[in-house]
This record gives sequence, structure tokens and C-alpha cells, in this order.
Amino acid sequence: MTVTRREALGLAVGSVAALTTLRFTEPAFAAGDALQDAIMEFTGGAQPGDGDITIGAPEIAENGNTVPIEVSAPGAASIMLLATGNPSPGVATFHFSALSGAQEAKTRIRLAKTQDIIAVAKMPDGSAITTKRSVKVTIGGCGG
Amino acid sequence: MAKVKPRVKVPKTASVNEVVTIKTLISHPMESGQRKDSKTGEAIPRKIINKFAASFNGEPVFMANMEPSVSANPYIEFQMRVPETGVVRFEWTDDDGSVYDLEKTITAA
Amino acid sequence: MKRTVSLLAGGLLGGMLCTAALADDGRELVIDGETIATTTAAADDHPLSEIISGWRFRSAETQTLQMDDFENPAFVAIEYAEELWEEPAGTSSKSCADCHGSFDSLAGLRAELPRWNEEMGKPATLEMLINASIEKHQGAEPWKWESPEMLAMTALIGLASRGMPVALKTDGPMADWIKKGEELYYTRVGQLDLACANCHEDNYGNMIRADHLSQGQVNGFPVYRLKWGGLGSIHRRFKGCMDQVRATPYTRGSDEFIALEAYVAARGMGLSVETPSVRN
Repeated sequence: MTVTRREALGLAVGSVAALTTLRFTEPAFAAGDALQDAIMEFTGGAQPGDGDITIGAPEIAENGNTVPIEVSAPGAASIMLLATGNPSPGVATFHFSALSGAQEAKTRIRLAKTQDIIAVAKMPDGSAITTKRSVKVTIGGCGG
Repeated sequence: MAKVKPRVKVPKTASVNEVVTIKTLISHPMESGQRKDSKTGEAIPRKIINKFAASFNGEPVFMANMEPSVSANPYIEFQMRVPETGVVRFEWTDDDGSVYDLEKTITAA
Repeated sequence: MKRTVSLLAGGLLGGMLCTAALADDGRELVIDGETIATTTAAADDHPLSEIISGWRFRSAETQTLQMDDFENPAFVAIEYAEELWEEPAGTSSKSCADCHGSFDSLAGLRAELPRWNEEMGKPATLEMLINASIEKHQGAEPWKWESPEMLAMTALIGLASRGMPVALKTDGPMADWIKKGEELYYTRVGQLDLACANCHEDNYGNMIRADHLSQGQVNGFPVYRLKWGGLGSIHRRFKGCMDQVRATPYTRGSDEFIALEAYVAARGMGLSVETPSVRN
């Protein structure tokens, strides 16, 4: 089968239109639910607000296989990291103690595509704070 | 790599209550469970390090639960306050139940 | 007909490329307080105006991974190779250490390779020298080119030369092989009809889709590629490039790849050995 550029574009536009329609009929995304559920389970039901929490990550990752990332939330009991565009959103949860020198951690993560990274911190008083950061994942020209 | 091997970078000495950076890495494929065998087309079962824990003289310092979104050869860096001379113990738990461990002594002056 | 195809492929490459300034923020590669030169001047008759390590073409995050031997994930393999180095093997029950002492005794070797080997009747790469030693002196089974053992050992022996300038011999019997490698470098292959030079000489510094094209230097191999999640050999990278231009790749260890390795190494003469490097 030969698909011309024009036909391919038409197909693409068609699929976007179909998706848009779906949005209206089904306002809540399944992925969004999984994300919300994961956050609520972590915070014990507390709705996270703004606060002193930061994510350090490259604006553009050269390869989604290994993306250096760091999170910090002074005073937090634990921090959960979520990747909204991965097959399942959970990435890692860090737990701190009285011997933690700082409530921060660095790791390297996989990102399936360009997406938002969310960090949620649970504070000792039961409240929760959150932040997010967008990371662009490039598609290499030379897979090799 | 051929076998699972943990590495850690811990300062040998610190002053009392100094906050030190601890770097850890373990050689592990972190098989996500999302991939298929290119020849057979069958799903490759998930096998990851799902937990990392550090303790000092038996007291918990830092713990991480990990999901398949953590990269191969998982790297974790964290901060620790050194209250006294003692032993930092590191434990990595594999999906298959294996636990890999390592201990390092920090002398507090 | 042939001309049409080339033009078409030329258009394709042109379409994929877009100009971008070299992401050169003037950073220096410093490891453990030691500065490793990542550029060097090219001779007047060199096809490149300046010789530049692939490290300079990478993003700050990827560069950083190579600047600390703990954060560099290739060092897991280095530790594995240090164990292999001490392990007796084969009918002789000798370890590498029994004959060579410390792996540091091989400092400088990686910088001189490929090197003419009379017994083999061809230039020897590090993989070939390791296997020759395993067979002759240990009486053990040779390692596969891309095996974890071979990658770890080439990384360890390469590390002994880190910071030393690439300085292989190009005269004598090497001259013919380097010439053969040069021919391969400039020969268009595959459905995309591209030669090594089309990307790595004519277009380094430009973007090929979202990738920043380097000069394709081999001074940091074996390299830990984030894409691979592990180490890979020079010949694996050559094969990957050939796959990408939809050519039938030569095999690892083939005379073609040995010749190409010799030529590409010679093009990067004066660049520091960076083994084990980190790339995207």
C-alpha cells in the first residue's frame, strides 16, 4: 500500500479529531486517574499544594533511557516522583529520617517521551506539597 | 554486566554532625517488563531492584522504593548527617528476593 | 540513474539536517583534577580544520556523567575487569596479572592502536590483542567481540591510557590499511547513499533530527551509551551507522572495520584517549 504525504496528513488530522471527540465524551483520562490515585494513596488523601519543593532535570534530555534528575523538599518526610507520560506513572519514592542530612535525592530515570515530571512531598504534619517540571525527550537521528 | 555488583562512594572521615554526600550505583539491567524479545516476540518479565535502603549503626538513614522507570544500573545519591563513628550499611532488594549489601565505615573526628 | 539517486539522498539528508551552532560552552573535561584535552589542532593537509572529541557535542548532563569516575556508569565494568584481570584461566591457570602485573603497565597501548601485527598479518585492535593473549598465554577460550568480558577488559586497558594523545603508526604496512579505511570512509553506501564523511566531516556540529552530529572520533571507546544502557565497541558503532543508512553492515572484527578503525583513529591523532567515555 502506498500512502502519499497528503493522505498521511489527512489520517493524522483524522486521528487528532477522533481523540478530541473522545475528550468530550470521556472527560477523565484513565492515565490521569492512575496518577491522581497514586498521589492520593501517597499523601493519605491530602490534596498537595504549593511549597518549597524543587525538581532539577535537563530541559531537553539527549536520551530518554537515562535522564539525571534531582528532587529537594526541605523538611519533608518523603518525596514521590512521578512521570506522567510513562506506561505507569510511578518512578521512585524517597524516605528520609533524622539522619538524613538534607531532604533531597538524585537518581537517573527513563522517560518514554516528552512529558511532565511531578514531585509530591509528604510533610511531617500530614500536609503535602507538589511541583512539576517539563522534560523534552528527543528522538535521535542516529539510533546506531 | 555479567553479575550484579554494588558500588558506593562514602567519605572515610567526617567531622561530628557533618552532612556528607553518599553516591551509590548497582549494576543491574532493571528489566522493565515493557520490552519484548526481538526474536520470539514474548514479553520479557519484569526484574528490577525495587528497594534501596541505607542505615547507620542500625538506624535508618534513607530509603527508596523504585519502579521500572528507574534507569538500568540504578544510581542514587543522598545526604547523610554523621553523628558519630560508625558503619553505613547499604541494601538493594531485587524482585527475585535477592538482597545485595555493602558496608562502609565513616570515622567521625 | 545513479546521479538521481544521489541527488535524492542528498535532498533527504539536507531535509533532516538543520544548522545549529556547536554546543560549545567552553567547558573543560576535568576528571579527578586532571584536564583532558578535547580538541586539538589539525595539520594543514587534514580534512578537518580542527579535531574535536565527541564529548564536546554532548549536552551538559551527558558531559557531567563522564567527569566523575563514580558517576560514570562504565566504571561498573572497570571493576568487573579488575576482577577478571586477577582471575586465573585456561590450561596455564595464569591470570593477566601474573604476566602483566598491574593493568597500568599497559599505559599507552590504547593510544597506539590499531597497530601492525606481523603474526596476524594485519593491524591488531585491542580486542584482537586481548584474545591472542588469552589463547596463547592462558590457553583459554577467546572472548566474543561484544561480550561483557571483552567490553570490560578493553575499557580497563583503555583507561590506563586515559589522557594520552592518540598516536598510532601510519607508515609501513599500516599505510595500505589506512588508505583502505579512507576509501571506505568516503564511499557512499546503503539506501540513503551516505558515506561516513557526509555526516561526520561535512555536517558535524549540525543537528540530524534531534541529534547533534559529532566528528565520529573513536578516542573514547569502548563507550557507555545511554541509548545502549551499557558499553559498546567501535565496531558496534560502525555497524549501527551502517544500519542507519540502510546498508548491509560489515561484521565486527572484519578487515573492513579494522581498516576503518585504523583510518578513523588516524584522523583523530593527537586527541586524548577518553576511555571509558559517556555518550547519548
